[in-house]
Amino acid sequence: MSLETEINFTLNGRPVTVRVPVAMKTLTMLREVLGLTGTKYACGEGECGACTVKVDGRTLNSCLMHAVDCDGRELVTIEGLKSPAGMNPTQKAFVDHGAVQCGFCMPGMIIQADYLTDDDPQLTREQAQRGLEGNLCRCTGYTKVLDAVEAAVEAKRCGR
Amino acid sequence: MQEIKSYLAPRSLDEAVKAMAAGDVTVFCGGTDLTPQTDSGAKRYGATLMNIRRIEGLSGIAEAGDSIRIGAATTVTEVRRDPLIARAAPILAEAAEHFASDQIRNAASLGGNICNASPAGDMINPLLVLDAAVELASWADGALRTRSVPLENFFTGPRRHVKRPDELLTAIVFRKPATDFVGWFRKSGPRPALEISTVSVGIGGNLSDGVFRNVRVAMGSVAPTPLRAHGVEAALEGRPLDADSIRAAVAAADADATPIDDVRASAWYRKHLVKVFTEEVLNHVLGN
Ligand SMILES: Cc1cc2nc3c(=O)[nH]c(=O)nc-3n(C[C@H](O)[C@H](O)[C@H](O)COP(=O)(O)OP(=O)(O)OC[C@H]3O[C@@H](n4cnc5c(N)ncnc54)[C@H](O)[C@@H]3O)c2cc1C
Ligand code: FES
Ligand code: FES
Repeated sequence: MSLETEINFTLNGRPVTVRVPVAMKTLTMLREVLGLTGTKYACGEGECGACTVKVDGRTLNSCLMHAVDCDGRELVTIEGLKSPAGMNPTQKAFVDHGAVQCGFCMPGMIIQADYLTDDDPQLTREQAQRGLEGNLCRCTGYTKVLDAVEAAVEAKRCGR
Repeated sequence: MQEIKSYLAPRSLDEAVKAMAAGDVTVFCGGTDLTPQTDSGAKRYGATLMNIRRIEGLSGIAEAGDSIRIGAATTVTEVRRDPLIARAAPILAEAAEHFASDQIRNAASLGGNICNASPAGDMINPLLVLDAAVELASWADGALRTRSVPLENFFTGPRRHVKRPDELLTAIVFRKPATDFVGWFRKSGPRPALEISTVSVGIGGNLSDGVFRNVRVAMGSVAPTPLRAHGVEAALEGRPLDADSIRAAVAAADADATPIDDVRASAWYRKHLVKVFTEEVLNHVLGN
C-alpha cells in the first residue's frame, strides 16, 4: 500500500476533498479518482500539452504535477469552461472555425487558448503561436487553431 | 517504486530543514524534472516526500541593497514577467523567454533548474554571467544555518553539485549590474521552444568607451557541467570589442568547449554552434 493523504481544493468552482497516493500525478487523479476524463494523457512527459489544466490562474501540465500539490488551490479543467449559458467564447470560437479534427489535443489546446486570451486581451496571432508552443496537434491543424484564437480574442473583447 | 513513508508540505523554512536533517527526503517544487525522472526509474523517491512550494518567503524577486534576490521557488514565468529583471538583468529575462513552453515555465522553478544540475540548464547560464551565488540552508545543532556558494563553484559533474542532501537551496543572489553592463544569451534546439538546448552561450560585461571589462562567458551543453568559458573571457577582457577581439573570442570558444556526441547532437556540431553563437552574441552586444 502506498501512502495516501487527504487534500482539499476547488475543482471547476466546487470544493472537493479526496484521498490520493502521495506520488500520484494530478492527471491520474482527475481521470481515475475523480472520473473527469476530458483532460487527456498522451506523452506523460510535459511535451504535448494534452493534459493542460489551469491552477490558480496559470496553466500547467497536469501529468508532471503531484496531485498533493493541488491542496488549497483552484483547478479548472475543460469540464469547467462551459457554463449553464453554454460554451465559453474560446470553446465556441474553436467550434465555429472548425479547428477540431480528431479532437484529442483539444481539451489542452482550448484550456491553454482560453488562458492566453484571458491573460492578454490584446493577444496577437504571433503571441498566440508562441503561447501554444507547448500544445501539439497530431492532426496538425494549427492554422485553424490560430484563426479560432483570434476569434476568441475578438469575442472576449466584445463580451467585455 | 520505493515506499514513501511520509509526505510533508511545510509552511516554514525551519520545519523544512529540520525534516531534511532527519534524512532521506525527496524535495519537489514544480516537479518538471523530478516527475519524468521518477517515472522513468532514473531517480527514486526517498522515505519522505516534501513539497517546498508552501514555504513562506521561498518565492519572489526583490532588491536587497545593491543586490537582487530571487527565491528558489520563483517560477520561470515570474522571472520572464518581472519589471525589475527586465530593467536590471534582461539577459535573465531573455533566457526565460526561450525556456520550454508556457505550461512548463508556469511550473518550473529557478531552484529546481539549478539543483537538477543539467549542463543544459537554461537559467544557469545567465546566472553565471551575472556572477550569482546560491544560498543553502540547513539545520544543525538546534539552529538554522545558511551558507552562500558562488554558482560557478556549485557544479561538480553531470547532475552533481556541492549541495548536501540535508541542504535546501533558498535563494539566488547577484549584484545589480552597473548601467554600462551589456549581455546577451542565445540557445539552440531543433525546435524553438520545448527543447533541451543543444548548445547555449551567454556573455556579459561592462562596456564603456568601447572597452569590454569584467567579462563573463557561460556555455551550456558543451561540458559535463554548465561552464564558465575562461579562455573566451581572457580573449575579450580589457580589449576594445571589435572584429579582432571577436575573432579571438571565437577561436577561444573552440578551445573552451569540450562537448560529447549524444542523441541530440554530435560533438563536432556543438563545437560549430558554440563558435557561431559566440560571434552572434558579441555582434548583438556590439550592435546595441
Ligand atoms: C517538456 C520539458 C521541457 C523542458 N525545457 C527546459 C528548457 O528549455 N530549459 C531548461 O533549462 N530546462 C527545461 N526543462 C527542465 C525543467 O523544467 C527545469 O529544470 C525546471 O527549472 C525544474 O524546476 P522544478 O521546480 O520543476 O524542479 P523539480 O522537478 O521540482 O526539482 C528538480 C530537482 O531539484 C531538486 N530541488 C528542487 N528545488 C530544490 C531546492 N530549492 N532545494 C534543493 N533541491 C531542490 C529536486 O529534489 C529535484 O531533484 C524541461 C522539462 C520538461 C519536462
Ligand atoms: S500528457 Fe502531459 S504534456 Fe503530454
Ligand atoms: S485535432 Fe487531432 S490531435 Fe489535434
